[in-house]
Amino acid sequence: MIQLQHVSRSFGRADNPVRALDDVSLDVAAGEIFGVVGQSGAGKSTLIRTVNMLERPDSGSVHVAGRTLTDLSVSELRAARRSIGMIFQHFNLLSSRTVRGNVELGLEIAGVDSKERSRRSSEILDLVGLSDKSGSYPSQLSGGQKQRVGIARALASKPDVLLSDEATSALDPETTRSILELVKTINAELGLTVLLITHEMDVVKTICSSAALLEQGRIVETGRLVDLISRPGSRLARDLFPLGPVAPRSGGTVIDITFSGGTADRPVISQLARTHGLDVSILGAVIETIGGSQAGRTRLELPGSPEANAAAIADLRSRDLLVEVVE
Amino acid sequence: MIDPNAPGFWEGLFQVLLAGTGQTLYMVGVALLVTVIVGLPIGVILVGTEAGGVFERPFGSRAVGVVINRVLDFIVNLGRSVPFIILMVALIPFTRLVVGTFIGSTAAIVPLSVVAIPFFARMVEISIKEVDSGLIEAADSLGATRWHVVSKVQVPEALSSIILGLSTTVTSIINFSAMVGTVAGGGLGDVAIRYGYQRYSVIHMTAVIIITFVIVMILQAVATYFARRFARRSVDISRVDATNRSLFRSIRTRA
Repeated sequence: MIQLQHVSRSFGRADNPVRALDDVSLDVAAGEIFGVVGQSGAGKSTLIRTVNMLERPDSGSVHVAGRTLTDLSVSELRAARRSIGMIFQHFNLLSSRTVRGNVELGLEIAGVDSKERSRRSSEILDLVGLSDKSGSYPSQLSGGQKQRVGIARALASKPDVLLSDEATSALDPETTRSILELVKTINAELGLTVLLITHEMDVVKTICSSAALLEQGRIVETGRLVDLISRPGSRLARDLFPLGPVAPRSGGTVIDITFSGGTADRPVISQLARTHGLDVSILGAVIETIGGSQAGRTRLELPGSPEANAAAIADLRSRDLLVEVVE
Repeated sequence: MIDPNAPGFWEGLFQVLLAGTGQTLYMVGVALLVTVIVGLPIGVILVGTEAGGVFERPFGSRAVGVVINRVLDFIVNLGRSVPFIILMVALIPFTRLVVGTFIGSTAAIVPLSVVAIPFFARMVEISIKEVDSGLIEAADSLGATRWHVVSKVQVPEALSSIILGLSTTVTSIINFSAMVGTVAGGGLGDVAIRYGYQRYSVIHMTAVIIITFVIVMILQAVATYFARRFARRSVDISRVDATNRSLFRSIRTRA
């Protein structure tokens, strides 16, 4: 649905450019919720803005819903943007318009007549749960309500794709959850493809089916969440399930076991204790539900001799578990 | 010297003041209309032709945008820096070309508009610059044309601030309209010169001052009222000075 191919974008003077995006390629499948994570300054904002060409790439191509946006003329691009909704961190609602007026903005721009506009805006305000606020002004709304209006505005022209630029970063945790829930509902009910950028791992964990890690304008890791978790040495997996630093201990071996898919519900630890006679202690654990299946990591300390521990690790690995020895 | 005890003095005063006020309102009203019609687009274009603006590349060329911006900026600065009395005299040939004469209230509208347009254009420019660029980005993401951005985002969002700028502009037009009295432009300034100054009538002078003051206060109150109505942001009234606010309140509580 969304494809970026070798996209690069630099800012600043020609003799000392800052590379915001450096040969980025990305493929978001239809119906997916795809999250791009990275620190501030990694190029996330530039990345999401190239998808609807608010930011024109210096090189590379952008394809959305079968159209090559980088090849379109200005007026063709305007038309194409109507099928790409976008929501923003600071909502970007017009303070001079009511909730309904804001939702209808895109429809007015598209030249939809007023009867159809009000029918469509009523329908969408109902979907986002703001029917009773249609006559209010943005200044009278809470942050969560403002973002719902933002979502309604983006959805009014029935887009194929929704771009979310840190849409929950200005919201408190509870409101964030309700907005993510709404995005999830929209994704499921309208079959909308969602590309979001965020610096919050929780957002990715809560709604994304795939993710990419952006660092200094480059994509360093990408994949489906369920696959990332079982990928040895995955930085995204470590960021998604942080176990914290290892306290220095004498003797024994500290290992991280990653569970995903079918391995998650097996009684690994008690089996370990029984078959190897090891008194395993648990140093930390995270278990989450991702994409409908359980996944997580457990940090264990094996108290035995190096030989006994190695045998236990080999046994775990033979059972399709991902085991990493923590130095 | 005018004798206030002479028969028919008060009636004469009333007639003179009525005519003077009428001429002032006529001059100011028409000049204001011209100012808005010409000044608003200039302000919009000044912002738009800046780097990153909506009209950054008119006819596909950034150079054209830069030239338009520089030329307008120069004209606006020039118009704002030349003293009005000089501008008024210097514009006589132009006024004659447009109106056919350079004497009278209608002729005075020309220099009044010429001086107010750059002033108002700058006010519009400042107001529009205050509009959050994120709003323009949001409109762009919805497929807005440049005209949409101006008409649906920039001007409506800046409207409250523009109205406050307009009220400052009217005040200075009224101010300058008194000056055209010195070159036979009519209006209250003319009354003040001919009766108050040349014939030493303190009553005429005082009356002119009071009427001008009342006109300015009423206009300010009206502007503040509309600025408030269009200000949907929680705090945007900081630009209205305290006097206006208390005046506005007293008018509202009386109503």
